[in-house]
Amino acid sequence: MKLLRDTSLIFQRQAQLLLRNPVWILVGVFQPVMYLLLFAPLLKPALQVSSNAEAYEIFVPGLLVLLAIFGGLFQGFGLIAELRAGVIERSRVTPVSRLALLLGRSLRDVVSLIAQAVIITLLALLFDLRVFIGNLLLAYLMLALISLMTSALSYGIALVVKSEDALAPLMNTVAQPILLLSGILLPLTFAPGWLQGIADWNPFSWAVDGTRALFRGDLGSPDVWQGLLIMAVLAAAAVAWAAREFARSVR
Amino acid sequence: MIETRGLRKSFTSRQGREKKKIEAVRGVDLDVAEGEIFGFLGPNGAGKTTTLRMLATLIEPDGGSATIAGADLRADPGEVRRRIGYVAQGGSTWEESTAREELVLQARLYGASKSTALARAAEVLEAFQLAEYADRKCKTYSGGQRRRVDIALGIIHAPKVVFLDEPTTGLDPQSRAHMWDEVRRLRAEGMTVFITTHYLDEADALCDRVSIMDNGEIVASGTPAELKREISGDVVRVGLTAEHVGAAAQALNSYKIETYDDSVRLFVEDGAVAIPQILRALDAAEVPLGTIELHRPTLDDVFLTKTGRSLRES
Repeated sequence: MKLLRDTSLIFQRQAQLLLRNPVWILVGVFQPVMYLLLFAPLLKPALQVSSNAEAYEIFVPGLLVLLAIFGGLFQGFGLIAELRAGVIERSRVTPVSRLALLLGRSLRDVVSLIAQAVIITLLALLFDLRVFIGNLLLAYLMLALISLMTSALSYGIALVVKSEDALAPLMNTVAQPILLLSGILLPLTFAPGWLQGIADWNPFSWAVDGTRALFRGDLGSPDVWQGLLIMAVLAAAAVAWAAREFARSVR
Repeated sequence: MIETRGLRKSFTSRQGREKKKIEAVRGVDLDVAEGEIFGFLGPNGAGKTTTLRMLATLIEPDGGSATIAGADLRADPGEVRRRIGYVAQGGSTWEESTAREELVLQARLYGASKSTALARAAEVLEAFQLAEYADRKCKTYSGGQRRRVDIALGIIHAPKVVFLDEPTTGLDPQSRAHMWDEVRRLRAEGMTVFITTHYLDEADALCDRVSIMDNGEIVASGTPAELKREISGDVVRVGLTAEHVGAAAQALNSYKIETYDDSVRLFVEDGAVAIPQILRALDAAEVPLGTIELHRPTLDDVFLTKTGRSLRES
């Protein structure tokens, strides 16, 4: 009960701060729209599919997972600013739940990601993408889990390294192989065997496969439950670890 | 109200591959009575802030015990948090929030309902003369206003003890005087105030009792008057040109002496007797005299005799 109350207090404050900075909405939507408009038209010939709709079915889920991963991983920067402003320390001298300090922030990130995802999905509908609403909601659940995990991870790492100078290269180093090995931009069906073998060890590759299956309308595919399960387990682990970092001594 | 015994904390710092253990706090005993303004003095790096952060439950002690406002620090940090307020050195507000929003949130983090939090915030804004700016963003505040918001945040839940970490550092003299009044007002409201500072005049003017910390240990405790009385006699300060400091120190080596860039300080039994002797000694050594002054010991002199260093240099 206290956890719920504390989480909602932190969430409200974080959401309020986000809404006060409308630049975020512009940037958060502008970039994916550029991908949609400028990159997607290359896909139909490149993927050798028969229609635009088919190309979007493959590309849009990948784009959404990409946003979830990157949106989450870079949240740590905001936390470092908060650390510097003394806000975290001020929270830590109160009896507030340490898990709530993390969850309130991560849930804000999840909500803002889902808002972005809805905007992109609506735009993609204009390009003849068609998804069943039930499948779409499950895909959003997958995105929410990914974003919860990556944002918790990013907050935890930010609390450990405590400086933007260390966080930026670290996050880029983590994000790049994840991106390349997840088949986000192009499906790994074209990849040579050894590359696919490595990609199997990338949990995000499972998440992308699951999300694509949902967009394809293939709810029965094992990719779906496997992807959801892997993401749920990893998200829980990331949250548990990051909450412990909030409880430990931080400056 | 605060009682600590043998409080210890060490950190490992890494220099390249070498790991070095730094004993930041090596066994601190403190006794702070209810309703006191207690000053915690020492140079930067003495371990003041580490001690304070341990007492405020922000870092865990390696050893020792502490009871704060009746709650055991190590067994029940949650209860300690409910009973204390803590104001950090570097500020504690979001730039984009207003003072009122911050105060309401803070009160709610301490468990107050929304209506109680709003009422309490209004009350505290009035008390700290912030009502006028209450709904402006924190980034627009002056240094003094910001500091008042920080302290208001620290006492929003009416704690029994409030810890203030260098509350006047970086403030102009007028804001500093204003802050002293605020601290006295907190005490008048029934709070015990634990304040760290490296301004000795501040400790002298504001604090009922002080402890002086150096190198992780308490080197002296008592009321400012008691501590100064411990240094028997007077302090004579002789102003010189820099090139003559060495010669003067040589000529006066029968006294307890401390040298500076452009002066020496002597601790003597009786200033009136010592000054003519000092003058003769300097004259004999052909050291030209700049100024000579006699004063009662200050807390800085206490610090000097206890640690062999001046607080001002460190």
